[in-house]
Amino acid sequence: MLQTNEIKLDKPATPFNAKEQIQKMITDNELVIFMKGNALLPQCGFSAQVVEIFKRLNADFQTFDILSDDIIRSEVKTFSNWPTLPQVYHRQKFLGGCDIVTEMYQNGELDKLFA
Amino acid sequence: MATPNEVQAKLLAGIPQSDVQVEDLTGQQNHYSVQVKSSAFSGKSLIEQHQMIYAALGEAMKEEIHALSIQTSLP
Repeated sequence: MLQTNEIKLDKPATPFNAKEQIQKMITDNELVIFMKGNALLPQCGFSAQVVEIFKRLNADFQTFDILSDDIIRSEVKTFSNWPTLPQVYHRQKFLGGCDIVTEMYQNGELDKLFA
Repeated sequence: MATPNEVQAKLLAGIPQSDVQVEDLTGQQNHYSVQVKSSAFSGKSLIEQHQMIYAALGEAMKEEIHALSIQTSLP
């Protein structure tokens, strides 16, 4: 069965706890993709591309749908000083957006990380 | 909306000694692909290089540009 591996918040984030919520998601999970939609139904081409790459690598990832929470959507851009989505975090470190992940996939750097 | 010329002008102004190519992907002036070549990227990680592009585009990134594909390179 296909798994969506989607992180859901018990309650919507607030401006006061959004940063903490993001920190918790990337601490509790080794590989997190903040994206539009989920792994089964990505809502944007860039998000779909990033999911596809990690599926091909057989990486164990979790996703968070930023369309489900406007506050997280806005806060995650400040969190990483990165204005676009999707965003990928690995072991609490910001790995990059679609272009960087694609480049790292093509040049073999991701293979090393997820071998 | 930001015209291709505006996008190019912002990048040229924000990134020293750069060679900038801008492509409007949809013809609607909100989805762009940019290729930027500059010696200013030397010694910087990919993330830092892309952050320089976003910083050069500034406010346009928040409202006018919905999607941006970036390729950076050294001369």
